[in-house]
Amino acid sequence: MGYFRQEHELHTRRSGRNGAVALVLVGLIAIVFGLTYVKITGGSSLEGFDHAVRLSVTTEGDAK
Amino acid sequence: MTDASLQTAAKPVPGEAEFRDYFALMKPRVMSLVVFTALVGLLVAPVSVHPFIGFCAILFIAIGAGASGSLNMWWDADIDSVMKRTARRPIPAGKVTPGEALAVGLALSGFSVVLLWLATNAVAAGLLAFTIFFYAVIYSMWLKRATPQNIVIGGAAGAFPPMIGWVVATGSVSLEAVLMFAIIFMWTPPHFWALALFMKTDYDDARVPMLTVTHGRKSTRIHVLFYTLLLFPVAVGTAFTSIGGPVYLAVALFFNIWFLKGAYDIWRRDEAQAEADKYKVEKSVFKVSLYYLFAHFGALLLEVMLAPYGLGGW
Repeated sequence: MGYFRQEHELHTRRSGRNGAVALVLVGLIAIVFGLTYVKITGGSSLEGFDHAVRLSVTTEGDAK
Repeated sequence: MTDASLQTAAKPVPGEAEFRDYFALMKPRVMSLVVFTALVGLLVAPVSVHPFIGFCAILFIAIGAGASGSLNMWWDADIDSVMKRTARRPIPAGKVTPGEALAVGLALSGFSVVLLWLATNAVAAGLLAFTIFFYAVIYSMWLKRATPQNIVIGGAAGAFPPMIGWVVATGSVSLEAVLMFAIIFMWTPPHFWALALFMKTDYDDARVPMLTVTHGRKSTRIHVLFYTLLLFPVAVGTAFTSIGGPVYLAVALFFNIWFLKGAYDIWRRDEAQAEADKYKVEKSVFKVSLYYLFAHFGALLLEVMLAPYGLGGW
């Protein structure tokens, strides 16, 4: 039984690599999310549309 | 030791390398220079970029550079195993298979170019794609083994990052971007030929047509001086553009005189003198060339950082 509990070098190596790949993927998600957010907001705060006409979401609001 | 383990040591098994081996394919030291010069190109541009987009752009440029490094390692695996300086790279060391290096290089090339396009603009992405193509195909596959001028033309690949950084911000190429390109382009030949002079057995053994092998050492010494002379007006002249200023001018004058003095000393010496002091001058010029590039781009960065206090620029 002791033999099966002992971790082989191969598994340590693979788990290290899998962990690093997971971090890279999480980083990629964060980058795509961040880029989307910055591109949509263009640096200003995001304002949701709730089916009510407000001056700030109309072109007249832009002019002001 | 079993037969199986012996076999494993001799031939790498696909997919069994560590993460750091794949990372080493991307030439992290070259990437650090790319990050630095691209960042300077981005920050000295007259148009400001959102910090997150700027961060992503630098990251994608660095990944693109890493991708071209990986493609270079795939193509040059045969000569890397002969040269002492490169024998411990992942492919000759038996950690990564050539096919894996090719896959990493191609995948990261596409990834970096597409994401740079989405994050910034098509011109910057096009320049990055051209840089990868230039380094992997024009330099690695064609010029490196075909002509002793390989370093001169291949050096263009390393000169593109600050230009890409500038284009990320402005969307187009201008005189300042061309000058930043020219500084690295003209700096590369004396930097590498100084290295080739004291690492002589490496390039000879790999049968790479370095100038030292094809035209001899005296000719190489003349070339080092010639390119350092050409570099002088380019580097100092940048001081009088919109990205220059008094700090940059002082740094450029100091380092160009220092570099030129070193190149002159290299030109004056012959092989007997160089071997007598174990290439002391050549090694010192190589070291100066490293400071040279960091000092120039660091000074450009300093000019921008001083601008809010009314001190940067003219």
